[in-house]
This record gives sequence, structure tokens and C-alpha cells, in this order.
Amino acid sequence: MDSYINIKVRVWRQAGPKVAGHFETYELNHIFQGASFLEMIDILNEQLIAEHKDPIAFDHDCREGICGMCSMYVNGHPHGPDSAITTCQLHMRHFHDGETITVEPWRSRAFPVIKDLMVDRQAYDRIMQAGGFVSVNTGGVPDANAIAIPKPVADEAMDAASCIGCGACAAACKNGSAMLFVSAKVSQLALLPQGKIEAAKRAKAMVAKMDELGFGNCTNTGACAAECPKSVSLANIARLNREYLCAKFKD
Amino acid sequence: MWLKDSSIGRKFIMSITGLFLVLFLLFHGSMNICLVVDDLFGTQGYNWICEMLGANWYAIAGTLVLALGVLVHFLYAFYLTFQNRRARGNSRYAVETCPEGVEWQSKNMLVLGIIVILGLCLHLYNMWFKMQFAELTGIATSVFNPQDGSAIVKYLFTNGWCGIIYCLAYIVWLCALWFHLSHGVWSALQTLGWSNLIWLKRIKVIGTIFATLAVGLFMIVVLYFLGVNIGMLAA
Repeated sequence: MDSYINIKVRVWRQAGPKVAGHFETYELNHIFQGASFLEMIDILNEQLIAEHKDPIAFDHDCREGICGMCSMYVNGHPHGPDSAITTCQLHMRHFHDGETITVEPWRSRAFPVIKDLMVDRQAYDRIMQAGGFVSVNTGGVPDANAIAIPKPVADEAMDAASCIGCGACAAACKNGSAMLFVSAKVSQLALLPQGKIEAAKRAKAMVAKMDELGFGNCTNTGACAAECPKSVSLANIARLNREYLCAKFKD
Repeated sequence: MWLKDSSIGRKFIMSITGLFLVLFLLFHGSMNICLVVDDLFGTQGYNWICEMLGANWYAIAGTLVLALGVLVHFLYAFYLTFQNRRARGNSRYAVETCPEGVEWQSKNMLVLGIIVILGLCLHLYNMWFKMQFAELTGIATSVFNPQDGSAIVKYLFTNGWCGIIYCLAYIVWLCALWFHLSHGVWSALQTLGWSNLIWLKRIKVIGTIFATLAVGLFMIVVLYFLGVNIGMLAA
């Protein structure tokens, strides 16, 4: 049963991109375990504002696990200790009375801290701009029988498309690699007829941009897929490798 | 050149050289088994192989290609690790955890590789230097005939307490190699794109089988001579 707990929250505070950050610990009493993690941070911020202190800056938007904005590294896991959820879907029942919860921003060179727990994830947008699209207008939704697509292929494309671009993969990776993100974006389009035509060009352009932005080299540790809030599979990385290598050898 | 400048190209080089080295290990390991067979049944298989390969042109060509493979794999490992550490940045997480399903060895490939290279140096000094090198240069690097490989190996592993220490060193080396391969083989196949939702699980099993087979072939020889040596010491 959910009850009320008293906790300590150890949060990374950093005034700006160029300033050195540090941890600060706040005591928080009477937190309902049915509250979401972000609601707990809201309560903490109200407490800070009441004390005339600077509230904690953090990214959040939809709070239902689909926008990919929330980005907290909670107790050593991106999006917290539960699996296959975003931070906004994390609830306080995963923590016990008296616990000290450590909250950090994503730490990767390609994601510089803007303030406190907010990081700049525009690197992912730039990779998308390099080729994560279909160049022509493919029109409205055709009848399902107009272009026959096998169900397993459609499923795999949908699973890849579930990537919300939150950055947890690169944040969890010891190599700072964005391969799971890039491979999901390449896969969702390469699997379907509309996107297949530009698959080789897309893989080359997106990988080139990823390398240019300074993301690391994937060594298949699998931390990305283990921490992904949408359980995007490592199989996508193999598809990206395949697409890229085939394209390069054809050149 | 995309094999140097793109992340997937660099990984491709790591995969190809790595798989080449695994094939060599299987080749080398199968030959080593002759040592145990020879000792048990009194045959001369290992020395026949030593004579056949020896310092002939094809063995030397093979050795040079192999050395190149090791060198490229080694240099790319440092290059990749250097880049990856830079990509990670200087700020480290205060709380580090290992998520479920992430193999320990996959995060320590460089360290395991360095142990393998150190073991390799010892091995080259003990074996290659006294066999192919001695035969090639004509310099007597040991009291043994360079073509009598069997005697060189047997002496090294069954030479009293020294032999036991050598056996233990080789066991540590082979364990590091097993961990390195148990991630390396499937990771190489994944990098070459030979994986999908179904094959991802299969290539992990294939990787473990390859690692166990390659390391097992060497391990049998070491454990056999360790047993012989302990038997001799006890007697």
C-alpha cells in the first residue's frame, strides 16, 4: 500500500553551462508514494520558492511518457530505477522512507548542461535534420491493402518509431554513443516502402552527422537498450550497420 | 577514408580483424591438441606440424599477416577508446550502476585486451622466440632444437614449480581471452550487421560457443601438463 514517506533528495545544481556544478541535498517530508517523481520535484520546488531559493530547472512537458522531454538520471539510471518508463512515469513507490535519492542531469559531451538538470539535446535534432525524413510528400493515409506490408515488418517499424529521442541511450552509454537513437530513426523508415528508397543515403547522412557531433563509437555493451524507456532493440543497430556498410561498399 | 573517419567504418575494422584472430586461434588451438595426443599415445604429430610450418615461406607470410591483424586490432582499440572517452566527457555520474543484461566484459574489453597482449608477449618470448625465430635467424635461443617444439612446450610446463607458475599464468591469460571473446565474437557479428530480433540471441550463443571452443583447446593442453607436472612433483 502507498503511504507517506520522508526522503532526502540529492540534486545536481549548476547555475549555467560554463559554471561548475555541485550536489545539494534537500529534505522533503510527507511525500505520498502515489505521487509521480516529477510531482515530487514540483513539491520540492515549491518548498524552495517558499524559502526564497532558486527552484531546480528541469525539462518536462507531456508527463505521460510520449514527448521525451524529461531527462533525469535517478540513482544511477536514466529515467530512474524502473524499466521501460520515462522519468514522468516513475512513481515514488519505488523509493522507501528515509532514502536519499540522487538526481543528476544526462552527462555526455554532446549533451552540455544548460542549467541544473536541463541539458541541450539539439544534437539529436541536428542528426534528424541530416536525413531522418522522407524527401517527398507521401500524401494522406492510403488504404491498408494499397501497399501490402507484412505484419512483422510493420511491427518492427512501429517499435523503432516508438523512440522519443529523449537521449537516455547516449546518457547511459559508457562510450557516449548515439547509435540506438540513430538506428531507430533509420530503421523506422528503412523498413517501410516510402522510406526504403532513400535508406542508404539516409544512413550515410545521419551517421556522418552523428560522428561530426562527437558521439562515440558503439561497442555493443547494450546499456542503451537496457535503459531505453521505449525498449528499442539492439537489432536496430545491426540494421543501421548493415545499411551503412552496404551503402559504403556500393560506393 | 570511411574506414578510419566514420564510427561504423572503425568498428568494421575491429570486427574483421577480431574475427580473423579468432579463426587463427582455432587453427592454433587445433594444432596444440596434438601435444596432448602425442604425450598420451607416443606419436609425433606436433613436431611434424612444427617441421611443416617452421620457417617456410608460407608460415612466415602467415605470421606477417597475423602480426598485422594484431597490430591493427590493437591500434584501433586504443583509437576507439580514446574517442569514446572524449565523447563521454569529463563529468562522471555520482551513482554508477550496471543495468541488467549488460555483460561485465563488454565494458572492460580494453583491459581484457591488454591482459591478452601481455600474455601474448610472454608467449612469444617462450615459444615463438625459441621456435620460428630461432629457425629463421639460426641463432640458438634455447638449448632445444627449434624444430622440437614438443620438447620446448613440455619443458616449460612441467619444469617443477616454475612450470606450475607458468601454467597458472597461462590459465589467467586464457580466462581473460575467454571473457574478451565471449563479448567480442557476437559484437563483431552485430557490427557487421549479421543480426536481427531473432539472430541477436543466436549470435550471443554462437559467440559463447566460439569463445569456449577456442579457449578450451588451449586450456586442455595447459591443464594436461599441469596435471602431469603435479603428478611428477608428488611422485
